[in-house]
Amino acid sequence: MMTILNLLLLAVGMAAVGWVFRFLGQKITGNKPYFRDMSFGVAFGFVFGAVVLVWLVWSYVLSHSSDPTVANKYFFLGKAVEGLVIFAIAAWIFRILGRSVGTNATRKLFRSMPLTASFGVLTILIYAFVAIFAGILAPYGQEEILGAANIVPGGNPAMGGNPDYPLGTDQIGRDILSRLIYGAQNTVGIAFATTVLAFFIGGTLGFLAATLGGWLDQIVSRAVDVLMAIPSLIFALLLMTIAAAWAGSEKGLLTFYMVLIIAVIDSTRVFRLARAVGLNIVVMDYIEAAKLRGEGLGYLIFREILPNATAPLLAEFGLRFCFVFLTIASLSFLGVGIQPPLADWGTMVRDLAQFINFAAFAPQVASAPLLAAGAIALLTVAVNFVVDWMLHKSSGLKE
Amino acid sequence: MSEQLLKVRGLKIEGRSDETWNQIVNGVDLDLKKGEVLGLIGESGAGKSTVGLASMGFTRDGCRISDGTVEFDGIDLVNASAAVKRDLLGKRIAYVAQSAAASFNPAHRLIDQHTEAPVQHKVLGKAESEADGVELYRKLRLPNPEEIGFRYPHQVSGGQLQRAMTAMAMACRPDLIIFDEPTTALDVTTQIEVLASIREIVEEFDTAAIYITHDLAVVAQMADKIKVLLKGDEVEEAETRKMLSDPQEDYTKSLWAVRSFKRPQKPAVHTSATPVISVQNVTAAYGKIPVLHDVSFDIHEGRTVAVVGESGSGKSTTARCITGLLPPKQGHVEFDGEALPLDYRKRSKMQLRQAQMIYQMADTALNPRKTIGELIGRPVQFYMGLTGAEKRKRVEYLLEEIELEPSQYYNRLPSELSGGQKQRIGIARALAAEPKFIICDEVTSALDQLVAEGILKLLAKLQDELNLSYMFITHDLATVKSIADEVVVMKDGRVVEQGLKNDMFTPPHHPYTDLLLSSVPEMDPDWLTNLLNERGVDNIGDAAVDKM
Repeated sequence: MMTILNLLLLAVGMAAVGWVFRFLGQKITGNKPYFRDMSFGVAFGFVFGAVVLVWLVWSYVLSHSSDPTVANKYFFLGKAVEGLVIFAIAAWIFRILGRSVGTNATRKLFRSMPLTASFGVLTILIYAFVAIFAGILAPYGQEEILGAANIVPGGNPAMGGNPDYPLGTDQIGRDILSRLIYGAQNTVGIAFATTVLAFFIGGTLGFLAATLGGWLDQIVSRAVDVLMAIPSLIFALLLMTIAAAWAGSEKGLLTFYMVLIIAVIDSTRVFRLARAVGLNIVVMDYIEAAKLRGEGLGYLIFREILPNATAPLLAEFGLRFCFVFLTIASLSFLGVGIQPPLADWGTMVRDLAQFINFAAFAPQVASAPLLAAGAIALLTVAVNFVVDWMLHKSSGLKE
Repeated sequence: MSEQLLKVRGLKIEGRSDETWNQIVNGVDLDLKKGEVLGLIGESGAGKSTVGLASMGFTRDGCRISDGTVEFDGIDLVNASAAVKRDLLGKRIAYVAQSAAASFNPAHRLIDQHTEAPVQHKVLGKAESEADGVELYRKLRLPNPEEIGFRYPHQVSGGQLQRAMTAMAMACRPDLIIFDEPTTALDVTTQIEVLASIREIVEEFDTAAIYITHDLAVVAQMADKIKVLLKGDEVEEAETRKMLSDPQEDYTKSLWAVRSFKRPQKPAVHTSATPVISVQNVTAAYGKIPVLHDVSFDIHEGRTVAVVGESGSGKSTTARCITGLLPPKQGHVEFDGEALPLDYRKRSKMQLRQAQMIYQMADTALNPRKTIGELIGRPVQFYMGLTGAEKRKRVEYLLEEIELEPSQYYNRLPSELSGGQKQRIGIARALAAEPKFIICDEVTSALDQLVAEGILKLLAKLQDELNLSYMFITHDLATVKSIADEVVVMKDGRVVEQGLKNDMFTPPHHPYTDLLLSSVPEMDPDWLTNLLNERGVDNIGDAAVDKM
């Protein structure tokens, strides 16, 4: 009851301060249009934003308190704030670097780049680097069992950590850092291959359906409708169970089936988009001109339609990549995806999931499953930032 | 009449592009008294619409008023607060947009959109406003005024929508209405109707108006005085009659002289000559809806045949039958005496090459992702088999032919060209196939008059050089006068009349041809008044067409 009353008081307080803020702005600036035409909602928004900012800073200070109960309460928030600031600075430095080094073309690219996009590019580059050089970077092997199980991340012996394993070990004593690094290779590599395949299938069929129309369009579209009618994760689970029976003990074959299954399921979404975009393009006069010239289907699709469809397809690629990535992680979490002992972020989250229960009193312990989850989230955000930026560039969208 | 309503002084407007502010209007003055109509004319990019909007104290996104004052009835609109403007706009100042079809909200009935402004401004109640709307619809001579307001925008024709929009602007009885090219997208016969009703209602309520257009003949009918703009600068301003009879500036004179381009009539073709294209008894339909009925005409070598008619008369459908995009139900098309396969997919490369097409909208006719070199080079490679340096040489020759500097344009994208230049690229692409016959589908209707004239001259020059035959689809009779050898008049999918140009433009002719011809606005400011007196207000435009 108290808290509701407090929140209500806070809201009323903010509303009052917002009014005063706008009133003072009008008085001090001599009724400049900016303050004069400011609606009360905007003024309230400014105050609200300021309050949130102050609260964040205050909580960050609290998270460094020497009293462990207070520090633990704000542990994750503190880490999140630190992470945000570090990444923002890294992205900023990366952009400055890009603006001063490289060819004219890349410099120009970096000049027009918003901070979010440079963060995305930097993150993707780091992931790619880690995935490619996983064998060199990882301190231990992904399957190596090192003895001590359940070492707490942080490397602080007082908290139950060990400096040899900075991110701790899992429940059978494998180094989490090494498995995270190898996971980049497995999870990201497979997700990328799957997305490319999904786009190849969906894009080709979608453009074909849009260009030819008629019965081909009907057959493919209805088939896609059927596939889309089944909830995708459950459908994938079902198919994976069958595939597991087929593959038997061949784990590599099962991974291959998984790529195929997810690609086909996701290609239905790509098909819908490619067909819709294609339909808007095929009615243009330049397509009619090309048809009247006697051009073949291949030329129409790849030389006339595709260049005009790249912007929406690229945006979809970014989103789809994230979805595929999450689907693989979910399948692994459920136990039918990437098979142990291969390291995979989804599997890692599942294996360490029970530590989440420690979040309230021992956040360092609870962070073990969150590391892999964070790796997934970070890449998803980064890819979306980059895609947003590309879409903005290629479509000429104005803010 | 003498009371000053709008006073604009030294208006400067800047637009933002590539991160910098560029001035697009360089100090325009404007004065408007109560009940006065000012015509703003100029080419596209002259800043007509920008000035028109600024006189409401409004700028489009990415533009700002950088200097000058706009004073409406003593209120400074540039520095007025949002609340003050909100109270004025829609109530005392109204705006009629170019495309009513795009400006009405398709999800609401006309009357609901009509009553929005009066109800919001608390001028009238909902029911009163609806009644008033019906009254306005009646005044604007919309058919079924009681009922039409309860339709959705897509259920009403373009000319009627434009009038409904004028009624909507009138809903609060504003002191000032800004008309932004309200008739540009309409057929001549529909245009007359809209012009007559706008003029009448503006006079009746003594409303001041700014009438923006690029059509001199139209503005001559509507305005008390005319202001000419060029690239954001004022060229001159004068009373309509004085401006028409005695323009002072060279630019104004050149605008006045635009319609002077005219080719001499070529003699009739010998009857035994084989036509390049012969359309024979073509009947066609979209699904079950018939659009063409027994259409026949011939196009001879080196001749231009203009096909005229209103929108929906089947001009473009005829072109689709000739190119084979829409196989006719009956009849066929002959090329050089040989019947062409009905469907374009069954035609040989040679047959496809011989008939080329130039489109109305160069924007959609050129693939925006390809450079000029690729666009023109493709047919060169596809039909002639030229590649590498030979292809480039040929493309450069073609670019010279259409009067564009090859080195400067070869690597550009269509988006980096002006409208007229894009249309020239469309012509070059058609020429690249080395055809005998070209279909020009409304090629000049999206262009400014000066630019359009350049295109017409270019087409005429190419015809003389290469002995091309043109099928020239248009609804603009001025264009027909300047370029055609023969004319085919179409209405409701039938050929109404055809013959040599000079015969067609001298009476006696078919009543429909007569209606079309007499509906083309003339530069005489009394033209509309005379026409209305002659025919009677209920006998113009669509009403007259329907009576036939």
